[in-house]
Amino acid sequence: MSKQVFERPTITKLSPGVPSKHGVGTVIAPMPMIDGVKVDDLMDTYGSPLYVFSERTIRRTMEDVKRAFSVRYPKVQMAWSYKTNYLDSICRIFHQEGSWAEVVSGFEYDKAIRNGVKGENIIFNGPAKSAEELEKAAKNGSFIHIDHFDELFMLSDVCQRKDIEARVSIRVNMDVGIYPKWDRFGLNYENGEAWDALNRIMLNPKLKLMGLHTHIGTYMMSTDAYRIAAAKLAALADEVAKKFDYYISYIDMGGGFASKNTLRGAYLSGEDTTPSFDEYAEAITSAIIDSQIKPDKLPTLILETGRALIDNAGYISGTVLANKRLSDSRRATIVDVGVNLLFTAFWYDHKIHPVGNHSGLVEETTIYGPLCMNIDVLRPSLMFPALKRGDRFVVTRTGAYNNTQWLQFITTRPNVVLIGMNRDIHQIRKAETLEYITVNEIIPEYLSKKLK
Amino acid sequence: MSRIKVTVAVTGLNNIDSPGPGIPVIRGIRESRDFDTRIIGLAYEHLEPGIYMSDLVDKTYMIPYPSEGKDALFKRLLEIHEKEKLDVIIPNFDAELFSFIKLEKALGKAGIKTYLPTLEQFEERNKSNLSTYGKKYGVNVPSGIEVFSISDLSNTLKSMKYPVMIKGKYYDAYPAYSEEQAVAYFSKMSAKWGFPVIVQEFVKGTEVNVIALGDGKGNLIAAVPMRKQYITDKGKAWGGITIEDQSMLDLAKKIISQTKWKGGMELELIRNSEGQLYLLEINPRIPAWVYLAVGVGQNIPEALLKLTLGLEVKPYTRYDVGKMFVRYSYDMIVDLESFSKLTTTGEL
Amino acid sequence: MPIKANIALSENGFVFNPSTGDSYTLNNTGKEALAFIKEGKDISQITSIMLERYDVDRITLERYLADFVNDLRINNLMEE
Repeated sequence: MSKQVFERPTITKLSPGVPSKHGVGTVIAPMPMIDGVKVDDLMDTYGSPLYVFSERTIRRTMEDVKRAFSVRYPKVQMAWSYKTNYLDSICRIFHQEGSWAEVVSGFEYDKAIRNGVKGENIIFNGPAKSAEELEKAAKNGSFIHIDHFDELFMLSDVCQRKDIEARVSIRVNMDVGIYPKWDRFGLNYENGEAWDALNRIMLNPKLKLMGLHTHIGTYMMSTDAYRIAAAKLAALADEVAKKFDYYISYIDMGGGFASKNTLRGAYLSGEDTTPSFDEYAEAITSAIIDSQIKPDKLPTLILETGRALIDNAGYISGTVLANKRLSDSRRATIVDVGVNLLFTAFWYDHKIHPVGNHSGLVEETTIYGPLCMNIDVLRPSLMFPALKRGDRFVVTRTGAYNNTQWLQFITTRPNVVLIGMNRDIHQIRKAETLEYITVNEIIPEYLSKKLK
Repeated sequence: MSRIKVTVAVTGLNNIDSPGPGIPVIRGIRESRDFDTRIIGLAYEHLEPGIYMSDLVDKTYMIPYPSEGKDALFKRLLEIHEKEKLDVIIPNFDAELFSFIKLEKALGKAGIKTYLPTLEQFEERNKSNLSTYGKKYGVNVPSGIEVFSISDLSNTLKSMKYPVMIKGKYYDAYPAYSEEQAVAYFSKMSAKWGFPVIVQEFVKGTEVNVIALGDGKGNLIAAVPMRKQYITDKGKAWGGITIEDQSMLDLAKKIISQTKWKGGMELELIRNSEGQLYLLEINPRIPAWVYLAVGVGQNIPEALLKLTLGLEVKPYTRYDVGKMFVRYSYDMIVDLESFSKLTTTGEL
Repeated sequence: MPIKANIALSENGFVFNPSTGDSYTLNNTGKEALAFIKEGKDISQITSIMLERYDVDRITLERYLADFVNDLRINNLMEE
């Protein structure tokens, strides 16, 4: 007879308080496989913790978003948001799927070029472009999205001095009825700043106005805000057309689509409340189609969606290091994945699944990361099965921002693998080593002598 | 005429001091002469009193919280359906309605009928959208502002007069007479129900409510106006009386016909000293005082069940004025065995 | 290591402490371990029985059984 799986024995006190509408009743499914590959096999080979990406999920999600927009609008172009995840292999999957690159720094710009993206297919965003970066982007024919007047004048000056032309757009911020209002980036719509900038660009022979850009916020749960934003950009495009008899070639709606993670503090699960690509697409495309823009002059619609395209395709698997009882008798579980690797734990209630089977009984648990820092908490409180030291788990929907905002703090960062289309495993980033971290350090002569 | 056999699942069995509508809904259905009903209770907490009321509830199953996501809920409902062959589910909590509306089609496919507003209707009457709603349908609404942070709240309070109402996203509303109080309620509401928290102008006057039922085509099937006589510290009516008030009925009719509301609803209103009605809130389901409507001649739960099953329902046009409900609490004696069975097996 | 005599353990893993009025639920291994404790078995006996039944090494099992007994103690279910 084969032996049964051992779950650590638990006793859980029932708290018969006044009935509330909040609390228990959790269903946590075990997750033995990611995309058809055994998690145990992956971890046996590549260690713990481990980042895992599913190429199938990425390509399927891309198909879904392209379908949602292209059935509603004639010209759609995706641009991969590098800051969301700039692992080269991930970027290249998106580029293979037809995405341009959307970058916000010189570093990201060079990374995109290195990934084989043509200069004319790069959108250069952000408030901090240097004169050298602007010159390079202008020469390459990239789309430079102007964030503020200082940049407009700097770019104008660069073009004048070097006698080059630049393809530009402006980023516009506006009131779309949501909180918080994102007014720190771009030029304001309501106070006429955006219109002023457009006039200056139209009158500048070195600057060629290509489009209009907005990015209304992050993790937008309301599609209506996109409708308002698209309508306002379309109105601006129409004003330009009327005054200058000039038609811009694109409207860039930025990103901000939510993934299906649940935000901390939200009552309902993100799986239920996040709008679908179809709902976002309906709001945006109908606003542009219903605008005053002539049908034969409809601009290309550019989308810089990052999070919603990659979050669901990423996982972090890890291992339980220890169990503890806290002073108030609550249970705590310490795991080897900390906020250094899962930065998004600060704003999501990430779902965590045990790899192996469990009895189904859950207890209130706090999940701590391994860092010797008080802020290292993955979940302050959740109902979780009784995992023991050595048990493995998978955190889902971790693909966005965790491989760009991760911290090299206290320890090195682990392996990253990609499960390919045929379920073949590719290591796409090697675990860091002490040498990797210290290679750029320079020790002054007087500190390099051996300790006595 | 033989009675129609039907199995109905009902949530909201929390017949406590801030009661859910489940038990009064069941009483209404039980009193119907047209149905022979098996009632399945669906409970979130082990101590919802309805679970132990075996004369009203035939069997109860625990279900996962709405915050677990609709898929977990659906899975559990299918397990229950497998055993009980449910014909109808009547959900009674605001916080669960979103999930049930999203599941309506899937449940229908499995053979379980519901009678719910559309997601658009549901969202439109959301507390945070009420100002827009008032403008769109020409209804007086106290001005309300959504706030997401304490600094947000402080800014909002600068332009408002005390007292103000601080309201949770799904439930609970408290009057605050100072910024300190407002901040305290804000923290409480946001911790319990998430964001936004709504700050609303306080309208002084008499609290009156209308219970109404719409058929989704714009017809008002039933409506009874009530004045709260005694309000608990939780803001719930502990006693109320039916009143004759055409303006309230007209308002219910207007809202139901303009929005084509499907299902039960409650309009929470305030009549100020000038006699104007202000809409404070639209609850998207039958309220806990529904048994008063049954008692004055409009069996709204029965009518809702008939509509759900596609049976013809003639709109109610009259009700007894001046009938009261007085709520009371009652201590049941429960064996530990029942509690133990429920907590370990999830059914009783 | 005796458990209080009046502690009731049901087949479904429901525990009731009549002296405090507290109720508890157990998972399967917890139920099994508590049943053995009630029968008067000591930790080393329970360890050897459970080692036979479960896919677990001795160190892990001993560590979590000790933890479990400690939980029982914290919850006032053991005789002092």
